[in-house]
Amino acid sequence: MTPFKVTIIASFVAAVILGIVFELIRRRRLRERYALIWVVTGVVLLVLALWRRGLNTVAGWMGVKTYPPSVFFAAILLFVLVLLLHFSIVLSRLSDQNTTLAQRLALFETDVLEREQKKDADEEPG
Amino acid sequence: MMTEPEHSDLALPPEITRMRRLAIMPAYNEEGSIGAVIDEIRAFDPNIEIVVVDDGSADRTSKIARSRGVHVVTLPFNLGIGAAMQTGFRFARANDFDLAVQIDADGQHDPSELPAVLAPLLAGEADFVVGSRFTGDPAFRSSFTRRLGIHLFAVVVSAIAHQRLTDTTSGFRAVNRRGIALFAADYPHDYPEVETTVMVIKHRLRVKEVPVRMRERAAGRSSITALRSVYYIFKVLLALFVDLFRPSDAPAEDA
Repeated sequence: MTPFKVTIIASFVAAVILGIVFELIRRRRLRERYALIWVVTGVVLLVLALWRRGLNTVAGWMGVKTYPPSVFFAAILLFVLVLLLHFSIVLSRLSDQNTTLAQRLALFETDVLEREQKKDADEEPG
Repeated sequence: MMTEPEHSDLALPPEITRMRRLAIMPAYNEEGSIGAVIDEIRAFDPNIEIVVVDDGSADRTSKIARSRGVHVVTLPFNLGIGAAMQTGFRFARANDFDLAVQIDADGQHDPSELPAVLAPLLAGEADFVVGSRFTGDPAFRSSFTRRLGIHLFAVVVSAIAHQRLTDTTSGFRAVNRRGIALFAADYPHDYPEVETTVMVIKHRLRVKEVPVRMRERAAGRSSITALRSVYYIFKVLLALFVDLFRPSDAPAEDA
């Protein structure tokens, strides 16, 4: 059996993560969809911290008998990978939109500038 | 705003002079050459309009171009050659040009080759014309990696196109309205030359290569180093491979 101390530390860390997420949502620094991901992550961590036998139980379901924490590491790794892929997608979309915005702004600027120059030229003949 | 010198369109066939034509000049820190290149194009074809797309230069590129009285579109920050070129095509579409030709601001492209590059568009033989350095110019020199890459792309693209193409990386190229509409709507990001050639083929636009002579850069340095060449080759091959699995695109609408 793992010492009681570990449970306290792990729970504390999970609680802090949940607190940070809550604060970020409160200040509207996180969009809802990300907020949801991180709230769920925090809750899962907290549950695993409090429910000491949980990890072993879950590992048992999956047929892992030798080293139960490996299930946890595998899950975390997968989660992080999927999240990174998601961020790459978001980043690609944002930079495409950014490019389009920059192009439109620059073309608009040129148009305005040339109209002004044309107007000036028309007003001062000769 | 255009102050055009008195000049006859000596070397240009009359059909060209009836077309509204635009030279798109993407420029990134080209203050050393851009003025001379603009002057040279003007001297050759006084009625061609020029749009300089300043891709976030830190130097006086925009200022010099503007002082020459050409159209200048200044991007707020560096977007890369693909997005800069697309900006030029969007300008061409918005201002209803018949022809658009890409001319590099570094002086590599000789304006006296313009009639050769534009001729197939006027004759209605092609929608997209590439000035090739390999059909009949033995003087063209480049590094080994670059030549390798260029030939590799030529083989791959020729296979996709069912047509022999020798130089898919040339930046000296011209399009008609169909090409302008296509490129304004969609243009690849970095190292766009090869991909645009394939794009054009997939949209069933007609491609033609004409031999041109290219010169040494007048100023500045090529952005293509050995390491980048390798990235270039892999990036483009990946793009071409992925492209094979995309649904066949519909032909571009006439704008």
